[in-house]
Amino acid sequence: MNEELYPSIFSQFKGEEGELITILLRVQEAIGYISQEAVKRISQFLKISENQIYGVASFFSRFRFDEPGKISIKVCMGTACHVHGGSLLADAVGWDLGITYGQATPDKRFDFQRANCLGSCTLAPVVQINDKIQGRVLVTELKETMKHREEF
Amino acid sequence: MIYIGAATCGIAAGALDVSESVRATLARHNIEARVVHVGCIGPCYLEPLMDIALPGAPRISYANMTPELAARIVENQFLRDDPSLDFAVAHLGKNGDAEALGLPPFFELPMLKSQVRLVLRNCGFIDPESIDHYIANDGYKGILHAFNIGAQAVIDEVREAGIRGRGGAGFPTFKKWQFCRNAPGEDKYIICNCSEGDPGAFMNRSLIESDPHCVLEGLLIAGYAIGASHGYVYINSDYKLAIARLNVGIAQMKEYGLLGDDVLGSGFPFDIIVKEGAGAFVCGEETALIASIEGRRGMPRSRPPFPAISGLKQKPTIINNVETLGTLPNILRNGATWYRQFGVQGNYGTKTFSLTGKVRRPGLIEVPLGIKLREIIEGIGGGSWRPFKAVQTGGPSGGCLSAEYLDLPVEYEAMANAGSIMGSGGMIVLDEDTCVVDLALYFLHFTQAESCGKCAPCRVGTWHMVTLLENMSKGESRPEDITRLQVLGETVKRASLCGLGQTAPNPALTTLRHFRNEYLEHAKEGYCAAAVCKDLVTYSIDAQRCNGCQLCKNVCPTNAISGVRAEVHTIDLNRCIKCRACYEVCRYHPLAGNAVVYASTRRTVA
Ligand SMILES: Cc1cc2nc3c(=O)[nH]c(=O)nc-3n(C[C@H](O)[C@H](O)[C@H](O)COP(=O)(O)O)c2cc1C
Ligand code: FES
Repeated sequence: MNEELYPSIFSQFKGEEGELITILLRVQEAIGYISQEAVKRISQFLKISENQIYGVASFFSRFRFDEPGKISIKVCMGTACHVHGGSLLADAVGWDLGITYGQATPDKRFDFQRANCLGSCTLAPVVQINDKIQGRVLVTELKETMKHREEF
Repeated sequence: MIYIGAATCGIAAGALDVSESVRATLARHNIEARVVHVGCIGPCYLEPLMDIALPGAPRISYANMTPELAARIVENQFLRDDPSLDFAVAHLGKNGDAEALGLPPFFELPMLKSQVRLVLRNCGFIDPESIDHYIANDGYKGILHAFNIGAQAVIDEVREAGIRGRGGAGFPTFKKWQFCRNAPGEDKYIICNCSEGDPGAFMNRSLIESDPHCVLEGLLIAGYAIGASHGYVYINSDYKLAIARLNVGIAQMKEYGLLGDDVLGSGFPFDIIVKEGAGAFVCGEETALIASIEGRRGMPRSRPPFPAISGLKQKPTIINNVETLGTLPNILRNGATWYRQFGVQGNYGTKTFSLTGKVRRPGLIEVPLGIKLREIIEGIGGGSWRPFKAVQTGGPSGGCLSAEYLDLPVEYEAMANAGSIMGSGGMIVLDEDTCVVDLALYFLHFTQAESCGKCAPCRVGTWHMVTLLENMSKGESRPEDITRLQVLGETVKRASLCGLGQTAPNPALTTLRHFRNEYLEHAKEGYCAAAVCKDLVTYSIDAQRCNGCQLCKNVCPTNAISGVRAEVHTIDLNRCIKCRACYEVCRYHPLAGNAVVYASTRRTVA
């Protein structure tokens, strides 16, 4: 773990309790999840208990406490995507990777999440692989894409 | 000038690749032209959109661009002076250009004809990252006018205009403001609510991505009116592009003296802070939002005291929706009388919707209030793909309206009386291929997961509703369960603490009201007419049509399909996981016979 990381994140903040959620977001952007180490550091920085931090972080669906897989696959489960059969896509990815959403493969190569709306509802159903959003995806297309998943 | 629509939706459709290709083409031929990334102009079904405007010529729009096509159009235009009208969809020039070019004006396209663009007026036209563009389009004239007439007069003007909150509830904006202005205390806060937790709505996001300054100016006006010196924008942390553009906008405002201790020499101090939320639907609720800004769990509290009296840091606080604020510059600049020409008595002005679902022309739209639902869905949206079934408004808090309500005017009270709500602007069209039980289950799942857990009716009630609906979608319930679902829904609605629980049963209750028969079919006969509920659907191969091409056999992940080449195949239902892959290849592959069918069958009642 990079020793500079936490000081450099904390240097953007004043150390007030109201900044907790923003700090958590920045930490998660940097290391991908909220580690025990991170909670300990934040607790020292903001002078609040670790329990309180876990309480807040676990309330929001954005935060996760396990290390994410390297390649992120997100299937949109927003309303527009749902009525266009988004859940079939989620099933297809899950079937392929052998995990369900919210998990990473044991080798931490792939990460499978569902999203509440990726803001491209007009292209529903939508899948996001790393930063690239694909719209109007068919199950067979997605399976074809997943065959090349090692190259993403 | 070359304009490329590059808000989130455009980028997803491939706008950045198009832009890259255009830039490369320009560089290759040493052509002098500026490429500007603009926001979302609305008709997302045409994305990616590219507009070319030459000096002295009308601006022409090209739709559904690919990198290759865009490069070709640019080459044709600049090297051969040929505007490639075959690929153009519309022009944005003056009257009379239409005949010359043989193209319709952009705003006469069927999707845009019934729209009135006030809040969205700049979207797709200006560079969202340039304050100069905004100012050149009458930007920040609203706040200047506000300074001239004084804070109380601003509230009066807003009362005159009759604008009501666009966040869903439709509370008259001036009333909240007056409470807050009259509340004692020096420190007051104004918060812009861009939590937009409704899954499947993107109007607030698009507005900020396409025209951030109109929202920032609105915040300034509202802050001035209520006497707040701090403004917050509470925004979903997933909205990266919108957040980046807000930050650019705020930096530019500081540079231009629009923020600081003394805004434009008026003596009014104001500062804007962007606060990111971490994805909780309930944080759209005012008291939960405040808790979240203060760094606590986003739990609502009971009211009163209302935030207008005691909100953020126990100080008087006003929370307004993005769109409410985005409208203010228009009202202040043009006056209340001008604003009242749009909409109808009691429901003045316009409302943006994100029109999605099974509609032919989905996109971001803005319509005058009082317009009929039919006009939106058939006129603007071009109708549904399969025969129309219902329209869902207001997201997880709203309801479904069936075909008989198509002539309902889009007004707060009319929608509420019909059992739905106006909501913040999600509008999802459903056709016959959508199952209402499945949809109700989907929404209840969502609210159940998002319930903060503070009060029992919402926490436990929604869970039981999910269980009942789940059983129905599996064909494992009895007709009595429908009544139980209804009674439970009414209870949750009455007993919950905050707006989330009070509205959560709506999707189930309204579909029960309009589509009770479908619930009965699920419960009694294990039949899902739309063939959506997975447990009630079976796949089979039509022996008449199957040509034995083996494509389905190859694509099946569980080897459930058997048969030799050129002979009829069969599906082993014990192995079938209903992934739909065989259906897709059989339907869309040119060699296949379109023989795979999936359908639900009625269970014979014992
Ligand atoms: C569960 C729940 C979610 C809400 N989500 C939003 C939202 O995403 N955006 C929004 O502007 N208002 C939302 N609201 C409404 C706000 O609480 C509030 O009424 C609104 O922001 C007031 O602004 P307005 O007067 O401009 O409409 C939500 C309310 C509830 C109860
Ligand atoms: S619902 Fe999937 S992108 Fe919005």
